[in-house]
Amino acid sequence: MTLTQHDIDQEIAAEHAAYEKRVADGAPVEHHPRRDYAPYRSSVLRHPQQPPITIDVTKDPELVELSSPAFGERDITEIDNDLTRQHQGEPIGERITVSGRLLDRDGRPIRGQLVEIWQANSAGRYAHQREQHDAPLDPHFTGVGRTLTDDAGFYRFTTVQPGPYPWRNHVNAWRPAHIHFSLFGSAFTQRLVTQMYFPNDPLFPYDPILQSVTDDAARQRLVATYDHSLSVPEFSLGYHWDIVLDGPHATWIEEGR
Amino acid sequence: MTKIDTSSPESVLPTPSHTVGPFYGYALPFPGGGDIAPIGHPDTITVQGYVLDGEGKPLPDAFVELWGPDPDGNLPTTDGSIRRDPATGGYLGRNGVEFTGWGRIQTDANGHWYAHTLRPGARGHSAPYLSLCVFARGLLVHLFTRIYLPGDEAALAADPLLARLEPVRRDTLIATDGGNGTYRFDIRLQGEGETVFLEFQ
Repeated sequence: MTLTQHDIDQEIAAEHAAYEKRVADGAPVEHHPRRDYAPYRSSVLRHPQQPPITIDVTKDPELVELSSPAFGERDITEIDNDLTRQHQGEPIGERITVSGRLLDRDGRPIRGQLVEIWQANSAGRYAHQREQHDAPLDPHFTGVGRTLTDDAGFYRFTTVQPGPYPWRNHVNAWRPAHIHFSLFGSAFTQRLVTQMYFPNDPLFPYDPILQSVTDDAARQRLVATYDHSLSVPEFSLGYHWDIVLDGPHATWIEEGR
Repeated sequence: MTKIDTSSPESVLPTPSHTVGPFYGYALPFPGGGDIAPIGHPDTITVQGYVLDGEGKPLPDAFVELWGPDPDGNLPTTDGSIRRDPATGGYLGRNGVEFTGWGRIQTDANGHWYAHTLRPGARGHSAPYLSLCVFARGLLVHLFTRIYLPGDEAALAADPLLARLEPVRRDTLIATDGGNGTYRFDIRLQGEGETVFLEFQ
C-alpha cells in the first residue's frame, strides 16, 4: 500500500488533536516530541516502550551527568564557523548569517561551549554517500560548521541558505529547509540535537519531523527570525535563533566558569 | 519567537529536540572518537556492543557519546577531544596524553561500536559508571543510559538507581565481562531486553 501525503496529514492531525485533548484534560505542556510518533515512520522500531526511569538530580550533586565535557580553542579553527570558506571556491547559493544565544532554562548564557551544525547545500543535497536525492553536489560546500559560544552565549555562522529536499517517509515527502544543530550545556543532561527552520516555509504543515513537536508554541521556537540588523551589507541575509537547553544542571558548578 | 526574552523566566522555554537524521556523517563523528584513554594507560578498558531496534536489527546509522570520570572519580575539565588542524582544516585528534572523558562513536555497518576509555571511579552515592547517550535516525529525542561494570557486587547493590530496578531490567545496565579488560554493552532501543533509559529532573 502506498503511503500518501494525505495519509500522513491525517495521522499528524490525529496526533495533534490527541495532544490538545491531553492538555485540555490537565496534562502538562510537552516541549519535546514523543519518541513514539508514527507519522515519522523511522521512529516506529526505534522508540522505547518502557517509560524512562526518572533520576532526581537534587539527591546527589556528584552525578556524572551533572557535569559536561569541555571544548576549547584547540577544538575549532578560525574558519570553522564560515561554511562558505572551507574550499577553494565559493559555494553556490544565497549567503546567510545565522546567530543567536545559547541559554539555560534560567535564561543565563552558556559560555565557551561547542555548537556544531550541518546542512544540505543550496540545491537540497547533503554531501553524504547514502544521500539518494539526485540534486547536484557543490564541490565548494560540505555543509559542516562548528564554533564556541562567546561570553554572552552568542554563536555565529556564515553559510548558504539550504534547499528543501525530498525523502522517503511517504510518497512526495519533502523536508522544509533546515540546519541541524548539536549543542552542549554545562551539564550532560542538557545535551540537545535539533533543527532550525526558516520563517514562512510552506512545507511546515506537511513535515512529520517538525510536526512531531505537537505543541504549537514549542514548534515556533524551532523557526529562526529574519533579522535585518544581522544582515551584512553587500554580503548576506541575517537570521536570529536563540536556543534554550532543557534539563537540570548544577548551578554551583557554573560559578566562575 | 526565537529571540528569547531573558527578563521573564516564563518566556525562557526549551528549544524542542529533533532527530539527528541520517546525514550527520561529515559533521559529528571524528577520527579516534572512541580512543578516549591516554595511550598506554594501565587502567584502560574496552567497552563495545551493538545498537539494536525493536526487531533486534542493528542500527548502522546511530552514534553514542560516552562521558565518565577518571579512575579516581574525578570528572575531566580538559578540552581537546576534537583538536583541529588549522593548516588543513582537518582533524588532529586527541593528543594521546590528556584524558577528556568524552568520546563520540558511530556504529559501523553492523551496528557495532567500541571505545577504549579509563575505568571510571566512584562518585557520590553511585557505583562507578559511564554515562552514555544514544542518537539515531528515527530517534526524535536522544536517550540516556549508564554502563555499570560487573565485579564489585557490593557497590552495585548499593547503587541508588540499580536498587530501584527489577533484576531483569537492572541487568541491562551492567556490562558483560569479556576478559582482559573488555566489556560488552548492547543497547536495545525497544522490545525484549529493552535497555533502561533515564530521565533527569
